[in-house]
Amino acid sequence: MKTSKKSFTAIFRNQIFIPIAALLLLVIVNLIVDPSFFKITYQLNSDGQHILYGNLIQILDFGSELAILAIGMTFVTAASGGQDISVGAAIAIAGSVILRVLCGNNTRPEAGQLQTTFLVAFLVACVVAALFGAFNGLLVSVFKIQPMVATLILFTAGRSIAAWINNNELPIISDQSFKYFGGYIPNVPVPTPAILAVVVIIVTFLLLKFTNLGLYIQAVGINEKSSRLNGLNPTAIKFLSFVLLGLCVAVAGLIKVSRLSTINYSVIAKDIEMDAILAVALGGNALGGGKFNMTASILGAYVIQFLTITLYSMKVQSDALPAYKAVVVILLVVFSAPTVRNWMSKTWKNLTAKNTAKEVA
Amino acid sequence: MKTSNEKKSLLSKIAGMTDSNLLLTITVVVFVLMYLGAIIFQGKGFLKPQTFFNILNTNAYLIILSCGLSLVMITGGIDISVGGVTALVSMCCAVNLDYKNGNIFTALLIALLIGVAFGAVQGFLVAYLDIQPFIVTLAGMFFARGMTTIVNSSPFNVANEQFVKLKDTRIIVPFMGSVNKKGVYVDSYVEVGVIVALAIVILMFVMLKWTKLGRQFYAVGGNPQSALMLGINVKFTRFMSQFICGILGGIGGFVYFLHVGSGSPSHAAGAEMNAIASSIIGGTMLTGGVGNIIGTLFGVLSLSTIQNIVSSAGLDQAWWTGITIAAMLCLFLVIQSVVVAGKKKSLRK
Amino acid sequence: MGKEILQLRNIHKSFPGVKALQGVDFTLREGEIHALMGENGAGKSTLIKVLTGVYTKDEGTITMDGKEAVIKSPQDAQNVGISTVYQEITLCPNLSVAENMYIGRSNNIMQNWKKMNEGADAILQSLDIPAKATQQLASCSIAVQQMVAIARAVDMDCKVLILDEPTSSLDEQEVEKLFKLMRDLKSRGVGIIFVTHFLEQVYEVCDMITVLRDGKLVGEYKIADLPRVQLVSKMLGKDFDDMAEIKSENKVFESNSKTPVIEVEGLYSDAGIKPFDFKVDKGEVTGFTGLLGSGRSECVRAIFGADRVLGGSVKKNGETVKIKKPIDAMKAGIGYIPEDRKVDGIVGDLSVRDNIILALQVMKGFFKPFTKAQANAFADEYIKLLGIKTASADTPIKQLSGGNQQKCIVARWLLTHPEYLILDEPTRGIDVGTKVDIQKLVLKLASEGMGITFISSETDEMLRTCSRLVVMRDRKVVGELKGDDLTQNKIMSTIAGGDGNENK
Repeated sequence: MKTSKKSFTAIFRNQIFIPIAALLLLVIVNLIVDPSFFKITYQLNSDGQHILYGNLIQILDFGSELAILAIGMTFVTAASGGQDISVGAAIAIAGSVILRVLCGNNTRPEAGQLQTTFLVAFLVACVVAALFGAFNGLLVSVFKIQPMVATLILFTAGRSIAAWINNNELPIISDQSFKYFGGYIPNVPVPTPAILAVVVIIVTFLLLKFTNLGLYIQAVGINEKSSRLNGLNPTAIKFLSFVLLGLCVAVAGLIKVSRLSTINYSVIAKDIEMDAILAVALGGNALGGGKFNMTASILGAYVIQFLTITLYSMKVQSDALPAYKAVVVILLVVFSAPTVRNWMSKTWKNLTAKNTAKEVA
Repeated sequence: MKTSNEKKSLLSKIAGMTDSNLLLTITVVVFVLMYLGAIIFQGKGFLKPQTFFNILNTNAYLIILSCGLSLVMITGGIDISVGGVTALVSMCCAVNLDYKNGNIFTALLIALLIGVAFGAVQGFLVAYLDIQPFIVTLAGMFFARGMTTIVNSSPFNVANEQFVKLKDTRIIVPFMGSVNKKGVYVDSYVEVGVIVALAIVILMFVMLKWTKLGRQFYAVGGNPQSALMLGINVKFTRFMSQFICGILGGIGGFVYFLHVGSGSPSHAAGAEMNAIASSIIGGTMLTGGVGNIIGTLFGVLSLSTIQNIVSSAGLDQAWWTGITIAAMLCLFLVIQSVVVAGKKKSLRK
Repeated sequence: MGKEILQLRNIHKSFPGVKALQGVDFTLREGEIHALMGENGAGKSTLIKVLTGVYTKDEGTITMDGKEAVIKSPQDAQNVGISTVYQEITLCPNLSVAENMYIGRSNNIMQNWKKMNEGADAILQSLDIPAKATQQLASCSIAVQQMVAIARAVDMDCKVLILDEPTSSLDEQEVEKLFKLMRDLKSRGVGIIFVTHFLEQVYEVCDMITVLRDGKLVGEYKIADLPRVQLVSKMLGKDFDDMAEIKSENKVFESNSKTPVIEVEGLYSDAGIKPFDFKVDKGEVTGFTGLLGSGRSECVRAIFGADRVLGGSVKKNGETVKIKKPIDAMKAGIGYIPEDRKVDGIVGDLSVRDNIILALQVMKGFFKPFTKAQANAFADEYIKLLGIKTASADTPIKQLSGGNQQKCIVARWLLTHPEYLILDEPTRGIDVGTKVDIQKLVLKLASEGMGITFISSETDEMLRTCSRLVVMRDRKVVGELKGDDLTQNKIMSTIAGGDGNENK
């Protein structure tokens, strides 16, 4: 009896409780409203290819960019105690770079007219995105500017820079194989973005397991001064976290441009920075930095996508979506706020105390 | 010998300044230099007072929103919902005036109510439930933008006569007119919104400098733990900062509506970021406890002047504005960071 | 004896898993300086926080002037006439000195700057505090900030003044000034609760002592009825083994080489110290002494590379090592336990285990993390070795008491097996029991051949542990004492200057 009670409160206090509870809640709501929400079918798509189809697959598909960004955002949040609000703009830059490298000056290349391979284009985008990450990292770690403010610069300029890279042209790639990254690889029924996300997640966990990245980032985020006196270099670690986020941005950028085979500078990845930050917060990570839980962040990203798809399936107009999202977010944060949770566990205790008293009587 | 002494006294004067005043000084100096530069390199356009007044007319709402943001940032919070609130206010007022037979007063009432509602709810969540202000106001922004579409999804211009009359009211600024090409003397004017904005700047300045509540905002932003120990009601102070910012969002939204005269879901896009940028350029620090409303005013002016310079320099491709504002923001941030760090160093010695 | 102004009866307070206060009584009378004593974790801070409204009590009554007082916030406490000055500065650094003295006190809507500044200047002058009313608080030294906090409390016409370890960041002159102030207030009928770890100060200034242990009241005593040794034994709850004896317990380490483990020549850093020379032999405990701000901490920080080194050389075992940042020093086998445990030492949210292995892990390298089993083995070993009281190795270190946190930091550096260990104020703000433990440990390590530098504000602690003392004044080394020169008087006169010692 006692142990079960203890483990119950332990679950309540565990960080990962928040995203899991949110996920369960969404699942239950969907089960009640429309159980067919969870149906997965194996069918032909417009390209004549057999693929898995269904809302759950869509969540995995369209949640990929967010999950990838949430990983980088978690590092940045933990190390610097602030958030990078320029990721959306940086995705525009990365996407623009990929198109520019592939197309050169010809904005309508036919298949076979591409300047170089996809891999080269992607690597260039990685370098560029990492450089912009480094720029943010420089402002934050060396000039000691608060992250949100420092990244406000790239937030303001990013989409303009993206447009400037392609001379404000909108290149379109007609080569079908470019669509593989944002769509389906022939004979693979699972959407490629989901596979890419899994790869990034695996790499991240390997990184956390086989290096001291996690320990260093948390130490620096919690107490910078003391970390320095223990031989760490806080400047370098904060800088590194921004570069890592830059790499995540490059992958997300590749998926984004591949989905459309083109780019719209002012719309691509719009407001995604807000969702990424939300994912970190939903994961129960303190936005003030310090300790983090990567699994919870990633889960948080998929919860957000789950919510979006749920709302779509309930025929909510896409422009009005943010309003509903906001209500859900507020409910989530209110119920996960420590003050509210303390209050809840107190009332819970009182209730159970009364019950046991009755039993004894 | 003498010069080195003078230099020293200037340095020590700078070191003796409070952070707020130091950053304010930098902002004002840079604005004046920038405007002088614009006059010299961009020619006569900037010499005409009306050019300056037009900057005020277009950005009156931004001044009001920035005042609100400076307040929450001084208290150590943030509010990114103000742009969304502006759009929501515009749309609701527009619908009220044209579809629901409303008048100016009902519209104004709606604007204020929206502001009060956002301020009160966000303030409660931030202050009393201790939720991070960024998340709360992020949700507020989503909610406001979404609601705008729900209220009315397509943009339209307001035709209500009473409103159009108020919108076109021009307040003549005496002695500031200029002679136009035909040799006719033309008076300079400002719109009603500018008067509202300046009144709010003065009110906010007085409030922050000379009232007990005003100083509490600084105390809470400087160190909330200490503020609590000093007997300040930290929760209430936090609540008030978000609450006032919400109301200013409502008023700023109405002033914006008064200037553009239409409702649209895409109105005031990115206004929250411009307001944050203005506050920062004006010397408010996001870490809290440091800032000045007069600086904020100059922050907005600097930001809009540079936009003006860019467009009058013929660089009207959209991306130049973004890049120049970002460059300016970068410059200011680095100046702030270097100056504050330098000051700390000189103090230690 | 004056009439009773404050009575606490049967106070209870518990936190999840901890009963911090269990039925504590406390009485304060008019014009009395009352010491509140106890080890860390005895419940002093909790009692103070209940009294000042930071925590709300679970049970019990607080009576002020015969009426029951309801104290639910710091503001309530102020209103009934209880003012507090905390160990950590609880003022706002971004406001002016005058504002810090007056904010949160008046009920006026408007703020009268002129009147406020004049009032503040008058008080600052009358208390002889070197600050101006209009100055930004952040530009004052820590000691002056502390004095401003006291000035605020003094000006509030409080009936009860609580001083929670106010002296830990003050030098002796400033402490004297503070005592003068306390006696002055006492003569005006103010009751003062004084919390401190310095026994000398208790006997110098207090009238009554209340001792707490493990959240319970041990007793209330008149100062004359309770000699020091008894006080300590009441606090520890066991008979006190004489601290003066610990030095002779350990054998002196016989060095077989003449090369000092560390030899410093002309070292100086950007923290403003003058170039200094210094050496430590194997198995020797040396100390830096001097008033607060004399540069003793800055010297050891320079050796460890914690501040930016501007010139000079460090030789280890006769070989020059280049130390630019802490990691260089660590790799050269130097350990450093910093002065400010909270700011520079612990990584609050990390577990005890991670805190213990941190330094060794960093030395081992980014790509070579310890396995969980290894980390646990290290942590368990040192938790046992040093007797760290913690629920488990997974507990966040910030939940431990000050003394146990300090033991974790010591464990962290012992784990790196340094040849030379620097301990800067390792015993500040921790309980007497742990103090003795740490002093013993230092001597034991030295007897095993480690070179050690020990810094403390308490001279008798230095005398007990060190065999050689470097004396500093105004950021300069002014003398070195050893052998028969190691006496309280000699140290004082060297610090004060004026005799032949200083031009050595």
